[in-house]
Formats: sequence, C-alpha cells, structure tokens
Amino acid sequence: MDTTDGGTPVSDGALPSPRFPIEDALRSAGLWALVTLGLCFPIVAFETLQDFSNRLTIEARPLLVLFAVAAVFAGRLGWLAVRYHGLPQLLPATRFELTPERKKQLPRIGLAALLIFPFFALLLTGQGGAVKWIDNFGVQILIYVMLAWGLNIVVGLAGLLDLGYVAFYAVGAYAYALIATYVIPATVPGLGPWAFWICLPIAGILAAFWGILLGFPVLRLRGDYLAIVTLAFGEIIRLVLINWVEVTNGNAGIRTPYITFFGLPFSSRTGETTFGDVFALPGSPAVHRSMFLYYTILALALLVAVATQRLRRLPIGRAWEAMREDEIACRSLGINTVNTKLTAFAIGAMFGGLAGAFFGARQGFVNPRSFEFMESATILAIVVLGGMGSLVGVAIAAVAVIGGIELLRELSFLKQIFGPEFDPGQYRMLIFGLAMVLMMIWRPRGLVGARQPTIALDGNAKAISASHVKEGHG
Amino acid sequence: MRWVRDPLLVVEGLTMRFGGLTAVRDLSFSVGRGDITALIGPNGAGKTTVFNCITGFYKPTSGLMALSTGGPVRLDEVAALASTGHRYKCVDDQIGADGVFLLERMPDFEIARRARVARTFQNIRLFSGMTVLENLIVAQHTPLMRASGWTIKGLFGAPQYRQAEAAAMKRARYWLEHIELTHRADDAAGSLPYGDQRRLEIARAMCTDPVLLCLDEPAAGLNPRESLELNTLLRTIRDHHATSILLIEHDMSVVMEISDHVVVLEYGLRISDGTPESVRNDPKVIAAYLGVDDDEVAQVEAEVGL
Ligand SMILES: Nc1ncnc2c1ncn2[C@@H]1O[C@H](COP(=O)(O)OP(=O)(O)O)[C@@H](O)[C@H]1O
Ligand SMILES: [Mg+2]
Repeated sequence: MDTTDGGTPVSDGALPSPRFPIEDALRSAGLWALVTLGLCFPIVAFETLQDFSNRLTIEARPLLVLFAVAAVFAGRLGWLAVRYHGLPQLLPATRFELTPERKKQLPRIGLAALLIFPFFALLLTGQGGAVKWIDNFGVQILIYVMLAWGLNIVVGLAGLLDLGYVAFYAVGAYAYALIATYVIPATVPGLGPWAFWICLPIAGILAAFWGILLGFPVLRLRGDYLAIVTLAFGEIIRLVLINWVEVTNGNAGIRTPYITFFGLPFSSRTGETTFGDVFALPGSPAVHRSMFLYYTILALALLVAVATQRLRRLPIGRAWEAMREDEIACRSLGINTVNTKLTAFAIGAMFGGLAGAFFGARQGFVNPRSFEFMESATILAIVVLGGMGSLVGVAIAAVAVIGGIELLRELSFLKQIFGPEFDPGQYRMLIFGLAMVLMMIWRPRGLVGARQPTIALDGNAKAISASHVKEGHG
Repeated sequence: MRWVRDPLLVVEGLTMRFGGLTAVRDLSFSVGRGDITALIGPNGAGKTTVFNCITGFYKPTSGLMALSTGGPVRLDEVAALASTGHRYKCVDDQIGADGVFLLERMPDFEIARRARVARTFQNIRLFSGMTVLENLIVAQHTPLMRASGWTIKGLFGAPQYRQAEAAAMKRARYWLEHIELTHRADDAAGSLPYGDQRRLEIARAMCTDPVLLCLDEPAAGLNPRESLELNTLLRTIRDHHATSILLIEHDMSVVMEISDHVVVLEYGLRISDGTPESVRNDPKVIAAYLGVDDDEVAQVEAEVGL
C-alpha cells in the first residue's frame, strides 16, 4: 500500500473534530468529580472537635466537600478546553501580536502614560488619595527604575556583577544631606532653597568618584570574587555611615531640607510665598510637592535612559558590551579594559548617586537603614528579571517588583480573613522568591532577553537571541 | 630572504617558563616585512606561547622582541632604546604612529594599538552576542574613541564622530565583502558556521589596520573548501595590504603553498628556519614530524617519496 503520494497526511485520531466534544468532556469531568467526592468522604468531610466539656465531637463539613468537588469539576473542564483549543483562542487578549511597528510605538506610548499618570491619579482618587498613588507608587517605582537602569550599565552592559550598588545611592543621599543641611547654611545660606539643584551634580560626581575608587581594587577580580568584594564595599559604606557619628549622626540619621521648586518652597510654616501661591494653583501643597517629585525623578530616569542609549552607540558602550562578551579579545583589539571597566563603574555609580540625592530630598530624612544589602539585592533582581541590558524589560520588572511590594501593603482587607496578626507585607520575600524562581524557569534570561544591535548595515537591525549573548564574568 | 634584509619583528633569546616547565627556550627568529611566516611544530612545541609573548598576553621570562614599523629593525637602535628604559620610540606621540617598539615591555592592548600587532586565537574568540558588523566596528575602537572626543563629543553627536563612524562602516563593508559575509552582517557572530567564524575573526583583526597579523591555527577544523577560501583571504591580505602575517599551522600543504618563510619549533627549541624548500628537506624536521631517529631519516624519506 502506498500512502505517501496522497498529499494529505491521514492518521487515526490525529484529525481534530471541528467542535469541542462537550459530552466527552462533561463525562470526564463528572468522573473526576465523583472520584474527588469519594476521596473527600474519609479525608475532608468530617472534622473532630473538642467541645466545651473536652469531649470529642464529629462535625460534618458538607460545604467544603461541595467546594472541592466543584473545583475539581471546573478545573478538569477548563483543562480539557485549554488542551483542545489552546490558551490563545480562549483568551482573546493574548491574540494581540507585537509587530515591529507596534514595538517601535511602545516607548512612546509608555512615555505618554508616564507623563499623564499623576493627573490621572488625581482625577481618579482626588486630593487625598492622589499623594499616595503619585508618591508611594509613581515616585517609589521611578527611583528603582533609575537605580536599575544605572546598575544595568555595570551588570547588563559591562557584565560586572556588582552586589554593592546601594553604596552609591547612599553616597548620593548623604552628599545631599550633609551639604544641604550643614555646608550650605554655614557658608552661603542664601543658596538654601537651591540646595537640591546644587547638590545633585555634586552627588553625581562624588558617587562617580567612589565608583572609580571601588573599581581599582576589583579590576582583577572576576565572578564570585567580584561579587563578594562589591558586597563588602556596600556594607563598609553603610557601617561607616552608622559609626561615624560626629558627621553622619549614626543611626539617628539627618533631617534634610525638603525639595523646592527651583527655590520656591511647596509649603511654609513661616508664611513665605509658596509654589501654590505664586502659580495660583488649586490643591494642597502635598499634591504639588508629590507631582513635582514625580516629574523630577521621571526626568532623571529618562536622563539615564537617553544616556544609556547614546553610550551604547558610542565606542565606549560597544567596548562595554564587547568586554562582557570576551575580555581577552577586547585587549587583542587594543581596548584598554582597565579604563573601560572604570568608566562603567563610574557612570553606573554616578546615576546611583543622582538617585540618592533625589531620595534624600524626597524623604526629608536619611539614615543608614535605607541602604542595607536588601536594597542592592532588590535592584539587582530587577535588572536580572528585566533582562540584562534591556531598558524596557528592566523598567517593567521595576514596576512589577516595587509595585508588587507596595501593593502588598495595600492588601489590608486580608486581615479580615486571616485575623489581625496577618501582615501581607511580611510575605513579600516569599512571594518575591517564588516569582524569581518561576521567572528563571519560564524566562531564564529575563523578560526581554534579546539584545538590540547598536548598528546595522541596512538600518533595520533585528534583535539578537539571548542564547548568543553572554552574561559577562559576573 | 626578506627576514634578513628587512625584518619587521626580531625575536632574540625568547624564553618562557611556567614553574618548572620551559615552554620556549632561547628562541630567536625574524619576521620579514610583507612575508607570510609560518611557525610550525608538533603539539605542545610552544607555538601558542610564542604568540602570547609577542602579543603581550604573557610576559616572557627573558628575551627581546623588537618591532619596527618605519623601516627594518636595526639592532643598534633597539639597544639604544632598551638602555633608556622606554617602551617604544615613535615619530610622534599619536597612537598608531611609526616607530620602534620593545614588545616585551608593553601591555597587551598597547601592543595591539600602538605597535599594531593583531591576532586571532586558537579557540575562536568572537563577541558572539554582537552582530558580525558590530564585531568589525568594535575592532576600530581606537580611532573611533579619538573621534568621539573620549565619548564627550560623541555624546552630543559631533559631526567629526559621525564621519569617523562612516569611515569605520566603509572599512567594515570592505572586509565583509572579502570574507563574503555581507548578507549576514546583522546576524549574531555566534550564529555563524565555524568556517565563517574563523574568517570573521581574521577580518576583525584586519580592521585594526595591523602591520603584523598573528594567526593561531586558522585552518584548524576547516573543510577543504573553507581551507581554500582561507588561503585566498591570506593571499589577498599579503598582496593588497601592508600587513605581514605570522601563522601557526599544522596543515603542511597550506604551509608549503603560501608561506615565504618557515620556522620550526620542537619542545620550545628552534630546530629549523628558512624557506619552505629548505625546511621540507631538513632531516631534523622530518624526524620531528615523523617521530624517527636522525639516522633513519634517509630511509623514511625514501619511503615517503621525498
Ligand atoms: N599558561 C600556561 N601555564 C602553564 N603551562 C602552559 C601555559 N601555556 C602553555 N603551557 C605549556 O607550554 C607548552 C607549550 O604549549 P603551547 O604553546 O600551547 O603549544 P602549541 O601551541 O605549540 O601546541 C605546553 O606544555 C603547555 O602545557
Ligand atoms: Mg597552540
């Protein structure tokens, strides 16, 4: 018998029938439900309890059994449907395809959404709720986006694993705190209202300087050793901040002046003209300030993004990525890898320092508790989850991780279910860890693992699959 | 005998020890300007070690390696420079200017960019997650870095940098055509077949505009067709570029066909040095390659039809 010339492959049972075989599915689900009911009878249906006179009583739990049976029935039915049709057909939303044109639009849409977010929040939640949404969510997430983008230069592009990134954040925050609180009032008090804007570049430069300082001793280290020394560096900075009490005020921290609108305060206890007065704006000073903070950190984060995109297309950025791919080959092509590493550390640290100065001005208070190892780990986790080297992926990961942590704080209604002792915030590490494990199984190279080339012959570069891209020796 | 008349590189008394093992022992040879020089020898003879010394990846235990890009290496000039304690003497201070270089004193990346010695590796070392084109652009880091004003001017899109990048693209295109990979320019280097990766590594080294190109077993693992393409590429380089080639190769047919000068190593010692004919007929070389005693050589020669 010759079956190869027919053109249409025919084999038993492989041809899907046009309609979902609902009777078969119902029968199968019914069977499963029946088995569940049988199993429930000895295991779930009865509960032994002690009554007030310490006697054991048996209590039936028909509702629980019903629930279990229904869940198994529905689950089996759903599973069969998914297996038959495939998930995309059942969920119309996932049929959305990311074409290259749509992909190009993505950053623009994201930017527009970011720009209108505070007004949107104000509209939806009113004066009282908006501060929480703009500050706790918007500003908090954007700080981490900025930090993760800064660390991305060191880890994602240059391939140097840095576990002490929070040190530069601390340097920036304390640079602001010390200069704005002590140095400026003691030398040129007239500049007081401008403190943040003066300290911002200083904090960046100081952090870059510390980045180079850290860079020198770790130049020869790779992998685990590099990670451990950078971790130690982060801890040293924190311990110095705790113990150098004369300067840093130790664990008690430093109260810092709040951010001003280019010299104009947002609120005033002494009756100065405020931002709201001058521009005759409605709303409370708290809303004005949180909006201003939001746009300031948005601008700072975008500065990092633009700088990263530009640097990637310059010889220095290409050298970073080449170094991540193969350091020895770099040296054989005349690239000074010492300088290349130091610039990566310095520029990454500088952005961390800028974020730190902003943090100091936003909190109005800095103390060493804000710069623990956990912060470094969170920032690194965001970079790894997002996909090392990808700005969009890292930004999405920051929203998921920081937004998720903040959301957990919001879930206070769970207290009514699990009792007043239950604090959902306590579970964030557990959830965080689980999410990491799942991500590493589902997408070992992060949300966006593909790498975008920096130059192309015909102007239309296609992304490079993560399987070819190296992770550096970190 | 260009390696005597007009040497580009002179190696004198090179010794490299790893603990108790002497991988290269008192080795002296010269590389002629414009020649294809082959460095051959059995496995473990120390060929790669010699390359690593010349390109600065190893600091030799002792010895002198002088390279002159202006004219022939003159030993009196080298001795004078060596006594000053300087690493090199150039006509001007620009990176890439002609001059005399004492390679044993220079770090690897300085040898690559100042003395303009480029190399490939026995185990291919491409930037596999970058595109073919990006590999060729990274190789032009030194001129591009200067044009970008050490990044600052480049950050603001200075026209000077854009011109330099256009020039770099032109050179990359030229080499893409020569290695016949233009159609794969925007693919990841790691996705290329092995033979293409070998040629890309050579093209990348050539993009640094070297005076000396050191190739460590470029034909290893290639099929006959790829081997032929490689020979063509090497001849193009010799005939149309001011680049001399120093080559480690096992395939004797390749060596005899394309090289002008052959140096033979065994156990870190130089056992023969001369034209391909003279080396082919050297009994010591035959013994080393066929593993027989010197007095049996005549018999073996007769057997293999030499
Ligand atoms: N980095 C090193 N450390 C210790 N021994 C080495 C090192 N590099 C090479 N060798 C030794 O030097 C000898 C020559 O090696 P190599 O130059 O790689 O030989 P070839 O390239 O001629 O096959 C070998 O015995 C090798 O084990
Ligand atoms: Mg070798």
